[in-house]
Amino acid sequence: MRRTVGALLRKELLVELRTLQSVPGMSLFAVSTFVVFHFALNRSSVEGDLASGILWVTLLFAAILGINRLFVADSEEGGFDAFLLAPVDRTALLLAKALTLLTFLVVLELVAVPAFALLLLGPSIGRALPDLLGVLALGDLGVAAIGTLVAALAVRTRARDLLGPLLSLPLLVPIVIGGARATAPLLASGHVQAPAPRWLLTLGLYDLIFGLIAYALFDFILED
Amino acid sequence: MPALEVEGLTRRYGEREALGGISLRLEEGSTLVVFGPNGAGKTTLLRVLASLLRPHDGTVRVFGRQLPQESWSVRGRVGLLGHEPLLYRELTARENLLFHARLHDVADARVDGLLESLALSGRCNEPLRLLSHGMVQRAAVARAVLHDPALLLLDEPHSNLDPAALELVDPLIGAAAGRTRVICSHDPAGGLGEADVVLGLRGGRPALLRDARDVTPQEILELYR
Repeated sequence: MRRTVGALLRKELLVELRTLQSVPGMSLFAVSTFVVFHFALNRSSVEGDLASGILWVTLLFAAILGINRLFVADSEEGGFDAFLLAPVDRTALLLAKALTLLTFLVVLELVAVPAFALLLLGPSIGRALPDLLGVLALGDLGVAAIGTLVAALAVRTRARDLLGPLLSLPLLVPIVIGGARATAPLLASGHVQAPAPRWLLTLGLYDLIFGLIAYALFDFILED
Repeated sequence: MPALEVEGLTRRYGEREALGGISLRLEEGSTLVVFGPNGAGKTTLLRVLASLLRPHDGTVRVFGRQLPQESWSVRGRVGLLGHEPLLYRELTARENLLFHARLHDVADARVDGLLESLALSGRCNEPLRLLSHGMVQRAAVARAVLHDPALLLLDEPHSNLDPAALELVDPLIGAAAGRTRVICSHDPAGGLGEADVVLGLRGGRPALLRDARDVTPQEILELYR
C-alpha cells in the first residue's frame, strides 16, 4: 500500500509541477480575493471575526479550484482505467489524492497567509502563528477528505465543473464555521487568546467522520 | 480451463443496449478477433472483459473467475491496449512506465528493456505530448505488456504504427508471444491472419461466431454493409 501511495503521489506532484494547473491558480485567486476585499470593504485593515471570516472563505473558494482539477488528468488521459486494471488496493488512490490536495492546500496557505497579513490584517500575526497553523491544519484535513470524495464523484459526470462546487460547498461549510470561530481570537487586536477547544474538537470530529465516509465510499465511486 | 467463458452477456448504456446475447468460449493461448462497424460494441466488449464495465446480464468468466465479483483476482493478468494510451501526456514515456511498474510490482529493469526493444530509449525522457502518435502507441504497447499479462485485449493495436514499428511490437503482442488475445480489428485479411476464432458484431449482437478457418474475408466485409 505504501509503495502504491508513494507512486501515485509522486505522479501527482510531477504532473502538477509540469502543468502548474492547480496551485498557482489557487494562490493567485486567494491573493486577488484579498485585494478585492481590501477595496470592497473600504478598510485598510481588519481584525477578529471579520479577518477570520475573510481568511477562511477565501481559502475555501481557492480550495474548490484545486478540488475541481484533482482528477481531471486521470479522467482525460485514462489514468482511472490504468489504475483500475492494476492489482492494488483502491484505497491507495484515495490516500494519494487526499495527500496531493493536502500538499496543494499547504502551499496555498504558504502564499495566502502572508499575503493576508500584508494586505488586510491589522494585528501582527507573529504571536498567533503557531495556533493559526494548527487550526489551518485541522481544516485542511477535512477539506482534503471531503474534496477528494467530491472530486472523484464529480469528475465522472458531464457537469463536473458545476457539480464539484455544488457538492463541496455545503459539506465544507462546517469547516469554515469551525475554522473561522477557532481563528477569530487569534486575529483579534490586543491580547491574543487561544482558540476555543470546542471549535477545535468540532473540526477534529468532522475530519474524522468525513475521513471514514471517504474510506467507506471511495471504492463504490470508482466502480462502473 | 478456458481463458474466456461468456454466456448471454448484455451491457447497456442507459436505455441503449450496447451489447446483447454474446456467448463465446476461448481457450488459453488462442486469439479471438472481433469485427464490426463503428458502434457495434467491440470496445464495450473489451472493457467488460477487462473488468472496467459491469455486465448487466449474463456471465463472464476470465481464467475461471467470474466478473465483476472476482475481478480483483483478474486484475494484473490482463493487459489492455485501447484507443487511449492510458499514459499521462506531461510525463515522459519512462516516467509513465515506471509509474505503471510500481502499480504492478514490476522491476525497473523491465521498463528499460521494453523501451529498448521498442526503440524508444532515445526519446524516453521527453514528455509524451512531444512524441508522435506512433511513438505514443509504442509506449502504450509497452504499458500494456509491462506486467506480462496472460490475456491481452487489443483495440485496433496497429493504428498509428508504420511497418518498422509493427515489426517492433509483434514479438510483444503478436501470436508468437503466446498470450491469449482478443483483438478488435477492421482489417479482414490481417485480422483473419491472426485469428483462431472470429466474432462479428452488428448493432451489439453477434452476427458471426466461427472458427477462423471457416470464415472468408467476404463474410467479414458483409458485416459493414
